[in-house]
Amino acid sequence: MKAFRGEPSIFASARPEDKRAELEVKNLTLRFGGITALNKIDLAVHTGELVAIIGPNGAGKTSLLNCITGYYKPQEGRIFFNGEDITNLHTHTLTELGIGRTYQNIELFPGMTVLSNMLLARHVHCHYNVGKASLFSKSVRNEEVYHREILEELIDFLEMQSLRKQLVGALPYGMRKRVELGRALALEPKLLVLDEPFAGMTLEEKEDMVRFLMELNESWDQTMILVEHDMSVVMSISERIAVLDFGVKLAEGTPDFVQSHPQVIKAYLGDTSKID
Amino acid sequence: MRKFQFHPCGNFKESYNEEIKIFETDFGRLWLLIGLVLLFGVIPFISSPFMLYVLNTVGIYAIAAIGLNLLIGYTGQISLGHGAFFGVGAYAGAILATKANFPFILVVPAAGLITAAVGMVFGLPSARLKHLYLCIATLAGQFILEYVFVQWESLTGGAEGISVVGATLFGLDLGNDRTFYYVIFVCLVVMTWIAVNLIRTRYGRAFIAIRDNDRAAEGMGIPIFPYKLLSFAISSFYAGVAGALYAYFMMSITPEPFNLWLSIVFIAMIIIGGLGSIPGSVFGAIFIVALEEVLSHGTEYLMNVGPSAGAAITIAPLREFVFGLAIVLFIIFEPKGLAEVWRIVRSNFRLWPFSY
Repeated sequence: MKAFRGEPSIFASARPEDKRAELEVKNLTLRFGGITALNKIDLAVHTGELVAIIGPNGAGKTSLLNCITGYYKPQEGRIFFNGEDITNLHTHTLTELGIGRTYQNIELFPGMTVLSNMLLARHVHCHYNVGKASLFSKSVRNEEVYHREILEELIDFLEMQSLRKQLVGALPYGMRKRVELGRALALEPKLLVLDEPFAGMTLEEKEDMVRFLMELNESWDQTMILVEHDMSVVMSISERIAVLDFGVKLAEGTPDFVQSHPQVIKAYLGDTSKID
Repeated sequence: MRKFQFHPCGNFKESYNEEIKIFETDFGRLWLLIGLVLLFGVIPFISSPFMLYVLNTVGIYAIAAIGLNLLIGYTGQISLGHGAFFGVGAYAGAILATKANFPFILVVPAAGLITAAVGMVFGLPSARLKHLYLCIATLAGQFILEYVFVQWESLTGGAEGISVVGATLFGLDLGNDRTFYYVIFVCLVVMTWIAVNLIRTRYGRAFIAIRDNDRAAEGMGIPIFPYKLLSFAISSFYAGVAGALYAYFMMSITPEPFNLWLSIVFIAMIIIGGLGSIPGSVFGAIFIVALEEVLSHGTEYLMNVGPSAGAAITIAPLREFVFGLAIVLFIIFEPKGLAEVWRIVRSNFRLWPFSY
């Protein structure tokens, strides 16, 4: 039995085409009645990239993620994933296509254990049908054991061995975020969408989280989109940053470029020209 | 030869396969064996005919209650139409047996499948409706089906109903209560086992996910609506099988028993037994049937004792009252139902005398 950290077989055995994640958002507009939450957004994410989306509160970051993961349907514009138009697909279909996500307000199942939460994410990778499941045939049993092995590797990877049988509702906030990351990884996503993975964490928890994300990105070529408010983390880990404000994309580029962009400074700090 | 483990202490699991077993220790398996021996080898021979009648009723209701628990307790879709689905099973069974001359062994599963299809139709509102609104939509289903039972006279025989000849299996007469006891309880054991299996696979997990947080369930790749329909189908299949057995057991069926009251009785069973617990559904069925028998015999007894006859007539409508009281008391004192009581009793035995 393997007991080690760092080489979950679902990452190690993934072929390059399993990791291919080319996301293209074109001219995306989302309105809620009279409010334009997203206005003509263009964004491209390529395989192996770690792209961050930042912006002040209400800028439309989560709305953009919700469009990408199928919770919101935009009025205009298209979203392509690996060449396929995914604009109007359901969330569950997108999960099957390989877009996994975590949520801003943690959407775990509090009454279930860490392990059953993660087992749930293996749903699309279970292949047995109702008939076999109702008899719990040999093949179902083997498949369940196989999924358990994969989850154990992920639990090792995320250093949550002691939590596996605990109820998620009883865990501290930072740990829940980690469980949610584990659950998203159990989906075997090609594109991992993280909505504020560092929110409400202590410094140590943030450091751990950064360690996991960096390892995923650098060692296992996991493509990620990240929404985050903690600028020091965002600036140090992301390759590319897109800045949104009031539904409009202000700038996109490397952390240095974004930090010195006048419009970004204006959006975050306000306009100083009028004071002078 | 495997070493037997009768106590959870020091019972280290060496493979993931051991973790997904239904019973944690061999102690549970031993009790299951003892229970099955009692159920099939002892109880039918020591029970009086009246006791057998009660037990058969318990068995039939327990099958339907398990189905309803899959729908309400696990998937979180409240249905007030389960009594009517039970009726659909009974009518489908009776019609197949009398008009189509199906053999008994085919009638029961066929009635289950027909009811599953009907259940899926009445589960369609769950695409858009949740909670109380879905509840009302299924209530409509209950009344529509009741209306069909009475009005579609060419098929259902209207208010007069249908008489069914006793079941025969491979030339074996199953017409009397004792032989039919075996049929019912074999069905119950198999259906319980199937329900337990479903719950520990991806279907059960998907149902629970839909109940707890359908937004997140969708994010896990679970198509919500098809799974809600599947839950309606499985639940109605259970109701259909139970209904078909009921038709054979009662020998004649009329539309009256399959009313809203029956639906509420089923819901009472799973609330008292324990929502989201398969054994709880069986406990609930036992409790409710026992309560009904005690109440009806209690009032009957009082009627026959001269001086209290007047009082008994006033007490008779209290049956519904006691029913409601039982539900309320359970919700207040043991919201997890009899299944939780059973768990507490078991762990008390296990932990005695150091229960901390």
